[in-house]
Amino acid sequence: MIPLYARRRLTNRIIIGLSIAATGFGLLWLVMVLGTLLINGASAIGPALFAQMTPPPGSSGGLLNAIAGSLVMTGIATLIGTPTGILAGTFLAEYARGSQFGELVRFINDILLSAPSIIIGLFVYEAMVVRMGHFSAWAGAVALAIIMVPVIVRTTEDMLRLVPSALREAAAALGAPKWKVVVMVTYRAALQGMVTGVLLAIARISGETAPLLFTALNNQFWSTDLNRPMANLPVVIFQFAMSPYADWQVLAWGGALLITVSILVLNITARILAAWSSFKS
Amino acid sequence: MNSPTARPLATEPDSPDRASDDAAPPRQPRRPLAAPPIAALVQRKPGDEAPKTAMPDVKADVRHVNFFYGKFQALHDISVPLYDRRVTAFIGPSGCGKSTLLRILNRIYELYPGQTATGEVILDGENILMPGLDLNRLRAKIGMVFQKPTPFPMAIYDNIAFGIRLYEKVSKSELDDRVESALRRAALWDEVKDKLRDSGLSLSGGQQQRLCIARAIAIEPEVLLLDEPASALDPISTQRIEELIAELKADYCIAMVTHNMQQAARSSDYTAFLYLGELVEFDETETIFTHPRVRRTEDYITGRFG
Repeated sequence: MIPLYARRRLTNRIIIGLSIAATGFGLLWLVMVLGTLLINGASAIGPALFAQMTPPPGSSGGLLNAIAGSLVMTGIATLIGTPTGILAGTFLAEYARGSQFGELVRFINDILLSAPSIIIGLFVYEAMVVRMGHFSAWAGAVALAIIMVPVIVRTTEDMLRLVPSALREAAAALGAPKWKVVVMVTYRAALQGMVTGVLLAIARISGETAPLLFTALNNQFWSTDLNRPMANLPVVIFQFAMSPYADWQVLAWGGALLITVSILVLNITARILAAWSSFKS
Repeated sequence: MNSPTARPLATEPDSPDRASDDAAPPRQPRRPLAAPPIAALVQRKPGDEAPKTAMPDVKADVRHVNFFYGKFQALHDISVPLYDRRVTAFIGPSGCGKSTLLRILNRIYELYPGQTATGEVILDGENILMPGLDLNRLRAKIGMVFQKPTPFPMAIYDNIAFGIRLYEKVSKSELDDRVESALRRAALWDEVKDKLRDSGLSLSGGQQQRLCIARAIAIEPEVLLLDEPASALDPISTQRIEELIAELKADYCIAMVTHNMQQAARSSDYTAFLYLGELVEFDETETIFTHPRVRRTEDYITGRFG
């Protein structure tokens, strides 16, 4: 065999081997995390987990108030964050192309995107909790929304930029005003990608703990009052896992498994949507 | 020149002011002339009978147009008439400004900052390069089909209805009729009539391009701009598009950019040759391809460069 070719083939094999090893190394930890969660959390999963409130130490209970609280705050954050993020992303992709102001906004958004979530928690603590005088679900939802917005801005802009400009030209060439081009053509073309971005943003905030510690705090009881502290899965997990009580620790494992599975489901949904959109076009 | 709104098909073949028009568009069925009116006979010189000298109306007149991408001047002082019910082909090597010129005619270039045009384009007596013109209205009057098919990500039906709904309030049944007639005219109806609710993206490339043509003519424009409409298509689809152009010529002023010499020769009545942003030669297609006046034109069409 020609030496040059033999050497290239060898190099190729080595690189492929290294790549597979690196992939395996990454997957190993994921499998271990999921495995540990399943082993320790499975025993906590049962009807009681979804039917009972967080208990005082030593008595039986579930995570109903924390699950509900997480759903409520994530829901409100999504309602605030999605339109804000999509509109800002639309501004960057469709209206501020090549403008200095657009560059500035994009730069600031990137900073916000990588800001530690505890900083955002502290910001909302100063801005809302201190002023209102107490922790509240509103403050928690706002903190989550602030984390969500830059993610959605980024994915929306990226997805809109992927839409070929020929499509915009074709719509404009029919005499469509710009807003109609954006709403009826560009959004449609980018829809799946934008929905995927929103789902990933929801997945991102549903596990956030630090911002909620400073804002919604926690609540031992069932509460639907958005002006009061509200229970939520991440903070309950944090509190229960740190406690010396065995039954609390089991509940924390159950909550952790629940959150992980939900995020996994969200991510898989996002994947399927993305695959579906690329299949369609 | 006759009024731009008068349609040759509707005129009396023997009316004195249209006498020279009876040899006009090739697709127009020629009615046998009854005895021509005396006035016309008197004014006519013998040579005027030849079809070549019967000049059609100018639909859009490009006058001294310059175009800039930022500081780069892409077009230099272009003046060229676009005749009604005729196909004008723009040929020339890549980057010579053919597409740029087409994009001036519906001012689509204004979607991008930094692109400017100077000069005049007179469409129906109005300078469309005038600032303050309603661009959406202008674009509704001038249809455009792009090199790559650009179906919208929506149903076939909605692709056509999109443009109609923009400027007209029509009933469901009327909309159905308009969609059908546009698809029929684009020779696509038989292929899609049973799947109007399917996505426009599900069609083949050639079908998608005909969908785009149907979409452009559904809003009944007056000028059709075709930017290399068949360059991304296989020979059979190309032939269908060319047949379509030949049919649409009866109703529209068509400007077409093409890289394909044979296509320009087959499909157009007039040809403009551009080179490095300048108009080298403009004439009837037959003349350009048989007796070009300029050496560079001859070199290009015979494949010696470009």
